[in-house]
Amino acid sequence: MAAFCCFIFDKKNQAKNLAVTFSLIITIVSIATLFFLNDTKFLNYNNVSYIWLKYIGANYSLGLDGTGRMLTLLTALAFPLILIASYKSEVNKSSSFYGLLMLTQAGLMGVFMATDALTFYFFWELALIPVYFLCSIWGGEKRIQATFKFFVYTFAGSLLMLIGLIYVYLHTGVKTYEDGTISHHSFSLAAFYTVQLSASEQSWLFALFFIAFAIKMPIFPFHTWQPEAYNQSPTIVTMILSGLMVKMGLFGVIRWLIPVLPKAFIHYKDIVIVLSIIGVIYASCVAMMQDNIKKLVAYSSIAHIGLMCAALFAMNEISVKGMMLQMFNHGINIIGIWVCVEIMERKTGVKKISELSGLAQTMPVLTILFLIIALANIALPLTNAFPGEFLMFSGLYNYNKWFAAFAGVGVILSAVYTLNMIQKVFYGSLNNKTAEVKDINWNEKFVLFFIVGIIFFIGVYPQPILELTKGSVTQLFEWVK
Amino acid sequence: MNSIILSAIWGVLMMFCGVFLKSKSTPKYIAILGVVIILCLNVLEMISNKSLFTFNIKEMLVLDHFNLTFISIVLICTLIYFLLSGSEIEKVGPHVGEYFALIFFILCGVSIAASFNTLLMLFIGIEIISIPLYILTGSDKRNLKSNEAALKYFLMGAFSTGILLMGIVFVYGGNPSASFYIDKILLGSGKMPILIAVGLLFMMIAMSFKVSAAPFHFWTPDVYDGAPTVFTSYMSTIVKVAGFFAFIRLFEHSFGTMQDQWQKLIALIIVLTLLFGNITAVFQQSVKRMLAYSSIAQAGFMMFAVFALNDRAKEGILLYAAAYSLATIGIFGILTKMEDYTIDGFNGLAKKHPLLAFTATVFLLSLTGIPLTAGFQSKFFMLLAAVENGHQFWIVIVAVLFAAISAYYYFKVIQAMYFKSSNETENQVSSNSKSFNIILVLIAALIIIIGIYPEIIIGWKYR
Repeated sequence: MAAFCCFIFDKKNQAKNLAVTFSLIITIVSIATLFFLNDTKFLNYNNVSYIWLKYIGANYSLGLDGTGRMLTLLTALAFPLILIASYKSEVNKSSSFYGLLMLTQAGLMGVFMATDALTFYFFWELALIPVYFLCSIWGGEKRIQATFKFFVYTFAGSLLMLIGLIYVYLHTGVKTYEDGTISHHSFSLAAFYTVQLSASEQSWLFALFFIAFAIKMPIFPFHTWQPEAYNQSPTIVTMILSGLMVKMGLFGVIRWLIPVLPKAFIHYKDIVIVLSIIGVIYASCVAMMQDNIKKLVAYSSIAHIGLMCAALFAMNEISVKGMMLQMFNHGINIIGIWVCVEIMERKTGVKKISELSGLAQTMPVLTILFLIIALANIALPLTNAFPGEFLMFSGLYNYNKWFAAFAGVGVILSAVYTLNMIQKVFYGSLNNKTAEVKDINWNEKFVLFFIVGIIFFIGVYPQPILELTKGSVTQLFEWVK
Repeated sequence: MNSIILSAIWGVLMMFCGVFLKSKSTPKYIAILGVVIILCLNVLEMISNKSLFTFNIKEMLVLDHFNLTFISIVLICTLIYFLLSGSEIEKVGPHVGEYFALIFFILCGVSIAASFNTLLMLFIGIEIISIPLYILTGSDKRNLKSNEAALKYFLMGAFSTGILLMGIVFVYGGNPSASFYIDKILLGSGKMPILIAVGLLFMMIAMSFKVSAAPFHFWTPDVYDGAPTVFTSYMSTIVKVAGFFAFIRLFEHSFGTMQDQWQKLIALIIVLTLLFGNITAVFQQSVKRMLAYSSIAQAGFMMFAVFALNDRAKEGILLYAAAYSLATIGIFGILTKMEDYTIDGFNGLAKKHPLLAFTATVFLLSLTGIPLTAGFQSKFFMLLAAVENGHQFWIVIVAVLFAAISAYYYFKVIQAMYFKSSNETENQVSSNSKSFNIILVLIAALIIIIGIYPEIIIGWKYR
């Protein structure tokens, strides 16, 4: 599947239409895999595997499990939504813009599907490079410094991860190919899962892996690249960064960290949870003080990811289930918010909260839709984030009451800043910047209604996503035991 | 054997070309023809193990598959170098034939240094490489900087050669077998005798000097900056990787059994090299000087092969030789066309010359070590080798942190090309022919092919 994403890269004219079409096709394909191959036994991969570097035991192999399937679905859904929503906004050099976007999608899909450590690393980087160019060419004024900081952070992190991968690789068993060639070690996921490492080895390998994932997520104190990068990148790219790329970090933890290094995971989980919760509270506090709407959303995203990470590391069944659900929800919600923010920014030309007011009078439809999405973001009942956050909190509470209490403060704070922002932006009297804007177009309406539809659907009936990832969750617990 | 003899003969031939041919562009074609012939015969020797020349060399040279692969890589890179920068060589001065002749002599030296089996042959090989280089460095006679660089290089080079010879003498005198053959130096596994230790230290210093590893790197920036850019490109790539190849061969065969005793020293050299190379490269304004410092930094990575000395390291040095040489030759090729060597001179190149900018980006990404390029594979194998070796694990972490720093200065050039705008009227690039562009695309394609499928280079081992 990812292989054919890659071929979409060459396009000259009408790149936009092509990109939309292809991303729709990919969506259909991934939904199709959902139905036809829906026997969610963990590691029941729909394997694509080519022998790549035979003698060092690296294959080009892709496969899907429950988590991976959920995230590829999210990716496949998100891309057409993003593209349709921004259909009206013009970009210069559009062919390379959309080409790079598609390359990013290929990278993301590859990360979620890779079942070979080296393939995983390749796609991990492949997702990064086009984003670097996208942000640097089409971003805001301070884009070069901001994206460069982002690039160097993630590059350093992934190199550390590479060392970790190499170290684990050198402890894997012999792999024999069908034609009799033997490589002494193997990069395949299965081999990584069976590797035996001592507790002390695991603990420093954990550090190497976790730094890479923590930078990507981002977890306090590795988050400093994020607000600037979100603020400076073009909004389309910000949607991808916040909706999808942060999931790479969580996904990496689920698939490559916990099963490979279970001892270190148990050893370190309290520290990670504390860091995540510090991140939640810190980011929420900073978000309250923000005047820049994009930065506000960026910090709120840090807070949400921190909560998910805490829930994952609390490692009981309820919290992990909630985390899986929330990964999907957060992707949908944050894209919805970014779409609204992008519309507001494009129509009014400002991104300061203090300069906007009374938009509800000129843009009633947008106001209602944005309100719903924002309420979903703070997990009101009936919206999709409610079951997710509810599960995560009850899981955290079972693990440790204090953790749950402190993380709960974050949720209250998030309600404070979100409602505050809505009040200032949409209500109050009109000013000269907001007086003449028109309401949203058909394509934006379509996307936002679609997102709101998903929000309510999952809010009332979250079972499909839970079913999809159930296998992975139970498998995860077996690794830890 | 083919490559040694033929490149020497072709070098002499080229000298006569300089005398008898009046046309300035003919020597280039003869040189290209020569490299092609030598390459074909070398590949033939690789496949069928037959040589046109058979001498009783008393095993002073060993031409096995590994060495011949390396020589082939060097020849391919030289061929690409001639195709890309041949016309620039013509512009350096009036003695075009001689320049090509000197490069052929270097090739001869490289072949000897890659296949030596006695310490004497090592010395001869290294000297045959060095002496033409002193001349090439100073070939821009009227330029004071070129003269200064040549003199500096010569004095420092002569000094280090002396130290190398001294080291050889100590090793010869210190080992009980009293033999020059590198695999007959009987060391056992106990503590090193003092004479051997001194000899090893001297040889390590001399070789580090030749490959510009810190703290013996001080000649590098000045010489690379002062020499005509075309020759800098050759010096910093092929000559350097050849030096590394000889370094590895020497340490593997003669001192391999005592690895644990000298490994810490090599680790220290690696850290110093990475530190000096990367930190100083960050502050450079001239792209040429930045590349000079970054080549020191890359030397730090190549030192991992000496550090680890296992199969992965040997594969790694082959990959590194190809990846690093191709990318650097390419980027220097573009640099010679630039009017302005500072980073600001690259501003907005992507708008005016998208092809040049794109290929330059591929080369720089490869030097940084981004996946899908050859540079990643070479760095990956080096790291693999070092981790597999199992000692001094911290050094790997230090190395990747420096690799992340190296992204900073390589990306500065990419940023300049793509994200900054230039003065519209000014002419950034002098003559830019079609064949030049084709070669650039070819190099970029090769880099990506090696990046995806490195077995075309390291497959020698498994045939």
